[in-house]
Amino acid sequence: MSPRTLFEKVWDAHVVVPETTDTPAVLYVDLHLVHEVTSPQAFSELRERGLQLRRPDRMLATLDHSTPTLPTNADGTRPYANAEAQAQVTQLETNCREFGVELHGWDSADRGIVHVIGPELGATQPGMTIVCGDSHTSTHGAFGALAFGIGTTEVGHVMATQCLLQRKPKTMAIHVDGRLAAGISAKDLILHIIGTIGVDGGTGYVLEYRGAAIEALSMDERMTVCNMSIEAGARAGLIAPDETTFAWLKGRPRTPQGAAWDAAVATWRALRSDDGASYDREVRIDASAVKPTVTYGTHPGMAIAMDAPVPAATNAQEHRALDYMQSKPGQPMQGTPVDVVFVGSCTNSRLSDLREAANVLRGRRVANGVRMLVVPGSEAVRRDAEREGLHQVFTAAGAEWRVPGCSMCIAMNGDLAQPGQLVVSTSNRNFEGRQGKGARTVLASPATAAASALAGRIADPRDYAVHDNRRQEQAA
Amino acid sequence: MKPITRIHSRTAVLADENIDTDRIIPARFLTTTTREGLGKLCFNDWRYQADGSDNPAFPLNQSQAQGCSIVVAGRNFGCGSSREHAPWALLDYGVQAVLCSEIADIFRGNALKNGLLAIVIDELEHRWLLKHPGIELVIDVREQFIALPDGGRIPFRLEPFARHCLLNGVDQLGYLLQHADAITHYEQQEKAA
Repeated sequence: MSPRTLFEKVWDAHVVVPETTDTPAVLYVDLHLVHEVTSPQAFSELRERGLQLRRPDRMLATLDHSTPTLPTNADGTRPYANAEAQAQVTQLETNCREFGVELHGWDSADRGIVHVIGPELGATQPGMTIVCGDSHTSTHGAFGALAFGIGTTEVGHVMATQCLLQRKPKTMAIHVDGRLAAGISAKDLILHIIGTIGVDGGTGYVLEYRGAAIEALSMDERMTVCNMSIEAGARAGLIAPDETTFAWLKGRPRTPQGAAWDAAVATWRALRSDDGASYDREVRIDASAVKPTVTYGTHPGMAIAMDAPVPAATNAQEHRALDYMQSKPGQPMQGTPVDVVFVGSCTNSRLSDLREAANVLRGRRVANGVRMLVVPGSEAVRRDAEREGLHQVFTAAGAEWRVPGCSMCIAMNGDLAQPGQLVVSTSNRNFEGRQGKGARTVLASPATAAASALAGRIADPRDYAVHDNRRQEQAA
Repeated sequence: MKPITRIHSRTAVLADENIDTDRIIPARFLTTTTREGLGKLCFNDWRYQADGSDNPAFPLNQSQAQGCSIVVAGRNFGCGSSREHAPWALLDYGVQAVLCSEIADIFRGNALKNGLLAIVIDELEHRWLLKHPGIELVIDVREQFIALPDGGRIPFRLEPFARHCLLNGVDQLGYLLQHADAITHYEQQEKAA
């Protein structure tokens, strides 16, 4: 057999009916993740057609997008943004009960952002195909799974048949050579990569991140990288599983146990691109050149080192973006006054992200006039963070410590910024109005977000003499 | 889905590149549990002024854009989220086709499944159409060309299965369900492995 890429190996193993000129492949789905926003119309479709779920055992649901991140009211009710948001949550609870889907709802100790809890529970495993009605499903590619977002019609297809109709995408290798400098995070790296290949550079491709700098990343960091593949237009991003992956997964609830674990790992070790496998496109990135990186425009491809001058607009869209952001060509983003800081989202809400922010904030105070929200990605992250006392670091600094959810990343639960406010955000999209109508979003790492909260301006976290405790802990 | 063979309309132009799904329908409107009635929210934050009146600067609010069901959009239309609310909103607003030199993958797939013609055309022709709003076009799905008023033709290629489904109103879920035996066979093999 000719050498195959990691993507091709996973794809080939899931083809139920091969593609032809006239028809796409029927591709089997191992894990279907579900949340309240993109599923109700699919459940309705099933009901209207009198269909059942083919494999409810391969589904996992949670509540994350429309859920409030403030605690329950004194009377036990939850502070939903509006009646529709509450109705949407109730609808998923009803649907899961009626169709027999495992739901990590309000009463679950494992509830959280869908892309945080899938891996935490060990539901996400190497070599799987994973889909969800959510474009950041690419996150799960960090484990060597082929994971991508689908629309609601396709959510219905998977519910009824456990399969999707798919054309085989092209492949792009992103070789990241060298290593990240001290104080530079995976978020800086992926913003740098998107800034390099462009917001549509990955359209039509599945990305495979590889090279020494990728192998050196922790699982949390790999998830941050793969999460933002869609921001370059790629539906999926993959990283070959290795010892880091296996060590992270071992013992998690849904993973195989005992002898089955050893057998699974033996299979997973073959999940890497063969020597000589060819990609449709290859890109090289020098990790050592990555600096603290932020966005200056209204899509994630408009990203630069925070100390680099903002480029002049070359077309009407860029003019509009710079006007909207009030970014000034020729001047760096560093030093721009900040109104709101958000640490959270499926990109950066895991324990290591919170540690990264807390390490900058510890013993310091958020600048006057800056509002800072810290929203853990899941109940498990919240428990672990509180066990370490991170919540006290945040609240002592003047930040708000919230209940898990998507929160201000998508701003549909009431957590939002006011028109004109500048938000330094660890989330994944800086589109116009994404964090509230008229709100201006600057994407950044948790460390940069924390440093900017302290300074009241976009600031370099390395100026806060932060020790990179996370890497030290990993090394220990 | 109703079969779609051709669309005949003048064009309206949204020249901005990278018009993302949040601009097509802001996330705060995603709390709906149905597909219907999203047209009034389409391009909400661009289309309306703070007092709720129409924003005259929004291209589709201008008088010459009224009644146009073909939109020529800047490159990379539909980037961002997988929300199918974006094509639902566009269709309900009256848009039946989007022409562009590049369209985001997930949006394109969602659009075609709902009968919204998301059509990729050559860059040169795209640039020309962007500069000539209001031109009368006929999109022929069967023959895969766009007819210009002067008799010229712009060719395009749809993914063959998507085209077949559009022309014949094929229910894709029904098509997938016909493969039930193959799916069962796959699951049995997987179990045995």
